[in-house]
Amino acid sequence: MTDRQRIKFYQTGTFTVGNRLLGEEERTVQSRMERTNSLNSGHRACQGCGEALGARYAVDAAMRASGHRLIAVNATGCLEVFSTPYPESSWKIPWLHSVFGNAPAVATGVAAALRAKGRTDVKVLAQGGDGGTVDIGFGCLSGMFERNDDVLYVCYDNEAYMNTGVQRSGSTPPSARTMTTPAVGDHPGNPIGTGKNVPRIAMAHGLAYVATASVADLRDLEAKVTKAMGISGSRYIHIHVPCPLGWAHDPALTIKVARLAVESGLFPLFEAEFGKITGRSFIRRKVPVDRYLELQGRFKHLFGDRADRAALASIQSIADAHIAEYGLGEEETSGGNSGGT
Amino acid sequence: MLEQLEGSQAVAAAVARCRPEVISCYPITPQTHIVENLSSRVRRGEIGSCQFINAESEFGALSILIGASAAGARTYTATGSQGLLFMAEAVYNASGLGLPIVMTIGNRAIGAPINIWNDHSDSMSMRDAGWIQLFAETNQEAVDLHIQAFRLAEELTCPVMVCMDGFILTHAIEPVDIPDQESVDGFLPPYDPVQVLDPEDPVTIGAMVGPEAFAEVRYLAHHKQLRALERIPQLSAEFREQFGRTSGGLSDAYRTDDADTIVVALGSVNGTIRDAVDELRDKGIKVGSLKLGSYRPFPVAQVRAVLHPSKRAIVVEKDLALGKGGIVSSDVKMALRGLPTIVQTVIAGLGGRSITKDSLIRMIGEARAGHLDEPHFLDLNWTAIHQELDRQRRERRSGPTPEHLLRVVNAVNAKLP
Repeated sequence: MTDRQRIKFYQTGTFTVGNRLLGEEERTVQSRMERTNSLNSGHRACQGCGEALGARYAVDAAMRASGHRLIAVNATGCLEVFSTPYPESSWKIPWLHSVFGNAPAVATGVAAALRAKGRTDVKVLAQGGDGGTVDIGFGCLSGMFERNDDVLYVCYDNEAYMNTGVQRSGSTPPSARTMTTPAVGDHPGNPIGTGKNVPRIAMAHGLAYVATASVADLRDLEAKVTKAMGISGSRYIHIHVPCPLGWAHDPALTIKVARLAVESGLFPLFEAEFGKITGRSFIRRKVPVDRYLELQGRFKHLFGDRADRAALASIQSIADAHIAEYGLGEEETSGGNSGGT
Repeated sequence: MLEQLEGSQAVAAAVARCRPEVISCYPITPQTHIVENLSSRVRRGEIGSCQFINAESEFGALSILIGASAAGARTYTATGSQGLLFMAEAVYNASGLGLPIVMTIGNRAIGAPINIWNDHSDSMSMRDAGWIQLFAETNQEAVDLHIQAFRLAEELTCPVMVCMDGFILTHAIEPVDIPDQESVDGFLPPYDPVQVLDPEDPVTIGAMVGPEAFAEVRYLAHHKQLRALERIPQLSAEFREQFGRTSGGLSDAYRTDDADTIVVALGSVNGTIRDAVDELRDKGIKVGSLKLGSYRPFPVAQVRAVLHPSKRAIVVEKDLALGKGGIVSSDVKMALRGLPTIVQTVIAGLGGRSITKDSLIRMIGEARAGHLDEPHFLDLNWTAIHQELDRQRRERRSGPTPEHLLRVVNAVNAKLP
């Protein structure tokens, strides 16, 4: 259990994030006057974009942790496209985009140059979407991991190739409709039993720090980025970021959708050090996966007249397995850790 | 001081004197000895604080250098063949970003069929990628070209490939002079980037450019190549002044003054060609040779100036544009547009086949007699080809062509006395 979890951020019944319950030093980076707005306003992300929100919090937290000495490398993708149509740029930090599949390697190179020049004060952040991370950039990512290059890699996972118009990636969840896994035929949507769990693969590389995070818990996201920035070598944070366009949900519901992914158990929040799980966010009120899925058009074919109960049961069993595997329900039963407000 | 060195070891020694700050590599024959040697030099601390990174692929290796170069480091790698193809996307990206990376190409054929021996198919595949492509004739020239390449790359902020024939140069042991550190430092100042990732002065590098400016951005990349046409001979002259020998330059003409036939080529085969020229000249036949030291930029004016008085140019090239013929010969034809000079294409040396002086002399004789087909395939085994074509006509499921060809070739060879 991490320190910050000794304080409950959810007030009973309201789910309000409670900065005001914390001491000055423990408050979020975003709540501070000196936040850097590294990803500045004026970019072209869609309404309700989870990735823009996640990136803003992640990069600002990394900036604070590095004493504003940060270089970012970006894979091709939504984040790159919406933030940087020349001559405009939303980035207030040195930022480099090369191609789709090489962000981890490019970041390795930046870190190597800094080391060659004796610049130990400057840190390197690499970032990409799930396509750039779990698919096309995966070879470079694994190389960066095994060499333990001094880079924090952040994956903003919106579970498909959104920038090119919503095609399946290795991170697309079971049954989700994308343009290349359409909701037609006997088994509509993405085939069940496929997909790649990169946080676990990152752990298998023995990284000093791996974490998952969600835009549903931005305080937790910031804390994980801050923790990662205090460690050298390769680190990996995988952030779940809803995409109103690709998931076909109301842009006003981005946070709610993200929270239901966590509370259903479909997206477990955890931390791992050197391959071992060292922290997890317990699920306070477990919800059935239907609550999460039914808000999203990409799962519409699972409901209604032609509801696919078997698929829903499979997805529920995945969530249940996560809860068991990561011990996400333990807090209620152990009964000893319910401190805070 | 002359040392007896393998080409790869010599190039590694020269690269080390250029004080690279980040080297990244992925092994591929025939360049591997270069980066092996450099890894030892880095480990022994001979190259200051240089970082040596073993990448997970050639694409990774060049991508690492893209990051390192954008962060202001002098960078180096080596590859060839499949490796160059595997890094293709990063090859274009490096030049698009204007990063002065220097890369040795140990020139090797591209499969299938897999083949580790020399030809120029690999670097030809990247001829339009925006990199300057210099070709070495000898190991001494390979050494010298690397020193010039870093200077050229950094002045123009344009990446440079130094192409050297795989095995023929990379694995050949020859006497070479490796310039001392002080001389190299005198020729090659520290890298001073025009754009750099720096928290003190944050810039966005590599963002999107639309139709309103993309053509202008590409033109300016082309303009760098045009500037290289001026700088390559100047740097070669400066190098000669400082180091006392001629290396590099756009092109080199040999006994062309009154030649009716001039043989044009890239790389190590120029030595054999000059031997052939000498032998023919001894017989009173007016033949010369034109070595191309730079393929990109293509020295149109120099090629035109040397070739235009001649009746015939024969381009001997170690590549094949399938479905068309020659690659270099197309450039030579373009350089000679409007002139009556006949340009002939000779495809030779593919996959490491030796280009012998005797074959060249025979071919030049046929060309001068007006009997050379276009394109001409030097020393092609037509017997084997016709047998295989016959077999394919007879049999639909004819199987892997290379296997059958080798059976035929070996059978033919077995019958030779």
